[in-house]
Amino acid sequence: MSRAKVFGIVLAGGMGYRMGNSDKPKQYMELGNKPIIIHTIEKFYIHPEIEKIIVLCPKAWVKHTENIIKKYIQSTSNICVIEGGETRNDTIMNAIAFVEERYGLSEDTIIVTHDSVRPFVSHRIISENIKYAKLYGACDTVIPASDTIVRSDNGDYITDIPERKYMYQGQTPQTFKAPILKEMFLSLSEEEKEILTDAAKILLLKGQKVYLVQGEVSNIKITYPFDVRVAQTLLAGEKHD
Amino acid sequence: MINTIYRLVAPRKFQMDYENIDIHNSEVIVRPTYLSICHADQRYYQGQRDPKVLEKKLPMALIHEAIGRVVYDRTGKFKIGDRVVMLPNLPPYFDEVIAENYMKGTKFRSSGYDGYLQEYIATNVDRILLLPDAIHNHVAAFLELISVAMEAINRFEQHSHVGKGVIGVWGDGNLGYITSLLLKKIYLESKIIVFGKNLEKLLDFSFADETYLINDIPDNIIVDHAFESVGGSGSGAAINQIIDLIEPEGTISIMGVSEYEVGINTRLLLEKGIVLIGNSRSSLLDFKQTIEILCKNPDTVEYLERLISCVIEVSNMQQIEEAFENDIRKSYGKTILKWNA
Repeated sequence: MSRAKVFGIVLAGGMGYRMGNSDKPKQYMELGNKPIIIHTIEKFYIHPEIEKIIVLCPKAWVKHTENIIKKYIQSTSNICVIEGGETRNDTIMNAIAFVEERYGLSEDTIIVTHDSVRPFVSHRIISENIKYAKLYGACDTVIPASDTIVRSDNGDYITDIPERKYMYQGQTPQTFKAPILKEMFLSLSEEEKEILTDAAKILLLKGQKVYLVQGEVSNIKITYPFDVRVAQTLLAGEKHD
Repeated sequence: MINTIYRLVAPRKFQMDYENIDIHNSEVIVRPTYLSICHADQRYYQGQRDPKVLEKKLPMALIHEAIGRVVYDRTGKFKIGDRVVMLPNLPPYFDEVIAENYMKGTKFRSSGYDGYLQEYIATNVDRILLLPDAIHNHVAAFLELISVAMEAINRFEQHSHVGKGVIGVWGDGNLGYITSLLLKKIYLESKIIVFGKNLEKLLDFSFADETYLINDIPDNIIVDHAFESVGGSGSGAAINQIIDLIEPEGTISIMGVSEYEVGINTRLLLEKGIVLIGNSRSSLLDFKQTIEILCKNPDTVEYLERLISCVIEVSNMQQIEEAFENDIRKSYGKTILKWNA
């Protein structure tokens, strides 16, 4: 059994229904000269601390994902593509189950979970995620909120306007010691599982501290057609010598 | 893979740009770890180059002195994690006569071509060299500058006569320090004299045989050969002082960069049959010889360590700017960036 300890978990489960007329999940759209998901996987592939990469996607996209990884990354021995789950947390649990079965879980098995639609993630962000997950058990990538956050419980009137200096916008990666996340997820009731759409929140609910890693404004999530245009504009600024 | 590049777009203004790296089209990819700021970078940063030059060369990532760790190697020559020094010269081909650093068409990082202020560097496998443990990160960060002194010494050896009793080095800055230190290690029988304008700095040249202030040189001082590492507005005065003090048929190795044309005493130059040698940058061979000499002489590494004025951890664009501003204020030595961006 392999002694790999640090896993990159690329979450490509979303079907991208928010993308308007697009018939393709957004992670498979082209950015520059290759699909968005390939840019993202490459960032993990090249990072020296990431030993294995597990890509989780809808069942119908598994073969396609394997094919494009072979086409663009070629050396694929460290990359596995498996089916995701119904929800984001189910998908992460699928990843943990796969890691456990294939490589075994130990106290210091680290999973760096990342949205496949955030191809601008940096080396520093990944390094710091691994560092602080090892130190504190869990960490989440954030940037200070630039907009004022308004809370409304009914969607009609403002309930609260929290003080902005305490507000952050969540990005990914979210990184965990895998056994801790697994244990806490399994202790959730079905009702709790329905409410908890974010892995870090599971840990919070169970009293586990989650360390903040400084993200980057550029670590955008490509969700809407507007985001694709922003990403294309950022890459189009290439200087040719 | 999307690579982040920190480019200078105007004096004192950086911008983050993003470029695709096709991993499998690259021979090697290196994650920079320690970088060092050079005077040439500062001339761009402070807008001291001709506006036409700035307009042509910017936007551009600065810094051409750096080391890093290999994260990808298609050729199999290096292991992942190997600590390497990167060569900023990117020659278009190999030429048996013209050295790579003087060849037409050679690209040079942070001079019209992106330097090392990048998340990752994709380059050719012959543009990196393995660093032995004997050379630690902070000194290795400015190995390129040391190799420039090595290059000048190699050319001096090629073009100078055998009478090398006294070698003078003009300039009490970083390059003067490194050149005189290497000369002292290579020419054991020669007397190395350093000429500078700053007494405080000259006191640091404790390895040299003699040091003199340029406006207080005793009448009996003569040199067989000389190295000029003054540059800037002091170039002309330094070269003319050398022409006055040098023995006939001596060589003057010119290393200092000047933005302006320099007027020199050609009458005396001709009369003495002096050989002028222009030197710029360095080649793969110079890097290899530099590594070899530093490994053989651990005390040289210690002397070079004394040049480090500060080490600054840099994680974002604002900290890059702060490091460059800090480098302007420093009184001596090299500013090293611990790269975490």
